[in-house]
Amino acid sequence: MERILTRNVGKEGSRTLAVYEAGGGYQALRKALSSMTPDAVTEEVKKSGLRGRGGAGFPTGLKWSFMPKEVDPKRPHYFLINADESEPGTFKDRLLMEEDPHLVLEGSLLGGYAIRASVVYIYIRGEFVRGAEILERAIAEAYAKGYAGRNILGSGWSCEVVVHRGAGAYICGEETALMSSLEGNRGYPRLKPPFPAASGVWGCPTTINNVETVANAPFILERGADWYLTVGKAPKNTGPKLYCLSGHVKRPGVYEAPMGLPLHELIYELGGGMLRDDRALKAVIPGGSSVPVLRADECEVDLDFDSLAAKGTMLGSAGLMVMDESVCMVAAMARIAHFYHHESCGQCTPCREGCGWLERVLARIEDGRGVPQDLDLLLSVSNNIIGNTICALGDAAAMPAISFVTKFRDEFQYHIDHKSCPTGTLAGRA
Amino acid sequence: MLGPEFEKKIDAIVAKYPQPKAALLPVLWEVQKAQGHIDFASEQWVAKRLDVAPSHVHGCVTFYTMYKQKPSGTYHIQVCTTLSCMLRGSDELMKHLEAKLRIRPGQTTPDGRFSLARVECLGSCGTAPMFQLNDDFQEDLTLEKVDRLLESLP
Repeated sequence: MERILTRNVGKEGSRTLAVYEAGGGYQALRKALSSMTPDAVTEEVKKSGLRGRGGAGFPTGLKWSFMPKEVDPKRPHYFLINADESEPGTFKDRLLMEEDPHLVLEGSLLGGYAIRASVVYIYIRGEFVRGAEILERAIAEAYAKGYAGRNILGSGWSCEVVVHRGAGAYICGEETALMSSLEGNRGYPRLKPPFPAASGVWGCPTTINNVETVANAPFILERGADWYLTVGKAPKNTGPKLYCLSGHVKRPGVYEAPMGLPLHELIYELGGGMLRDDRALKAVIPGGSSVPVLRADECEVDLDFDSLAAKGTMLGSAGLMVMDESVCMVAAMARIAHFYHHESCGQCTPCREGCGWLERVLARIEDGRGVPQDLDLLLSVSNNIIGNTICALGDAAAMPAISFVTKFRDEFQYHIDHKSCPTGTLAGRA
Repeated sequence: MLGPEFEKKIDAIVAKYPQPKAALLPVLWEVQKAQGHIDFASEQWVAKRLDVAPSHVHGCVTFYTMYKQKPSGTYHIQVCTTLSCMLRGSDELMKHLEAKLRIRPGQTTPDGRFSLARVECLGSCGTAPMFQLNDDFQEDLTLEKVDRLLESLP
């Protein structure tokens, strides 16, 4: 298949403006600014069926359409690019930013134009030091060529682009926490409503999109929504998708395919199959560690929003973590719970305390100190987190916990009954 | 605090935002880059410069895990131990580093050369196991590769 989002990845000089332009780069921005109104851009993206690639899968064009159609000079519009890629199992945005920064930039400017933004802030996680440097260089090149800054390409529209580095906090990938952080606060999520389009960063109309989401925009604008609808599974799961494959496979990495790639094809063809041929597939987390796990017998599924939802899980950020039969599911879930406990911002009691409970109870089961009530306790704690917090971080800990305990209950029970692990290892090893 | 050049840099950062407070994270980055860590006096200086309470600055320095309140080693090693890395052997990697450097996560070697930290997902799951050595990711690690890398450091 044609590589779309990753067409420049691996190309000599892929980070430079010259190479990006030679491949047709910035033509979509030229086209939009010279012949389309902001609303026409939004309409085209709406028509394409593009859904957010950050995790929730919300229709992008619809999100853009929530922004006010007139700009109140006292309340400028802001476009925030969520480059805080931190969901365990996810590493696609880093690839785009490091290998094709101008694609990210052109997509950001198209979105910025559509929502009538005066500044684009790219909020990149602090650890991506090199990614931030690469973006800064690309932005300087874009300014020099008139693609960013004042009166872009003579259109009369002006828009600054600023890279803003985070400093180590998973929660800042949550859109309202990202806004808090950008304002110079702790990354505390805020209640919605008000939604960002009504009152976002600094109380101004704001739209927040994931890096991969905006990277789709240049192709939609250049080739048209009708073309976009032919990629993937129209009408609701369209376009190219970056799948992040990690864990027990021979060739982990980022793979691009039309939305709806069968999971088996990703693992056994693109990924080269299981890391060890003598070990069978046990489970896959399909959308980053926040989503319910799939048992091997549930893995006949296409990787798109609706097919995975039908299996009771989510595409999320398309971070696929593959586990073979050597993995202790208690150890795996304990590690996930440790992550969420560590990353809970601490505002909401059910999440702050609940994630700690999950971590501690899972740790004692793993250590052979579990008691018979522990499995129901895990489910009870999880159910008391879900829906009772400002943001979805608590849910993101509780949903996998419920799925692990429910789908691998025998294995959890074995730890409690026998004070040992049926896999015979502390955790899955390569 | 750090001289006129530094202050000029800070002014340029503040100018990128509609409110000075928004420059807090980037300004703290500059302080850390210049001094290696962020001490109490710097927090006070930043608070004054951005017109926020010192307690607010301290609250942020302690909230974000990448800001260092104490100096770290010349080589700061942050080992990712989240699930994808765990599946590919990050626990063994950590044990190896602990034995080799004779420190535990959170500690610095007595000569100040190495410090070690256990961190959460660094977004490099496809090249697990990995760690971040100062600003750079070291990926697809094996124990032998780690030994060679550490020995090659100046």
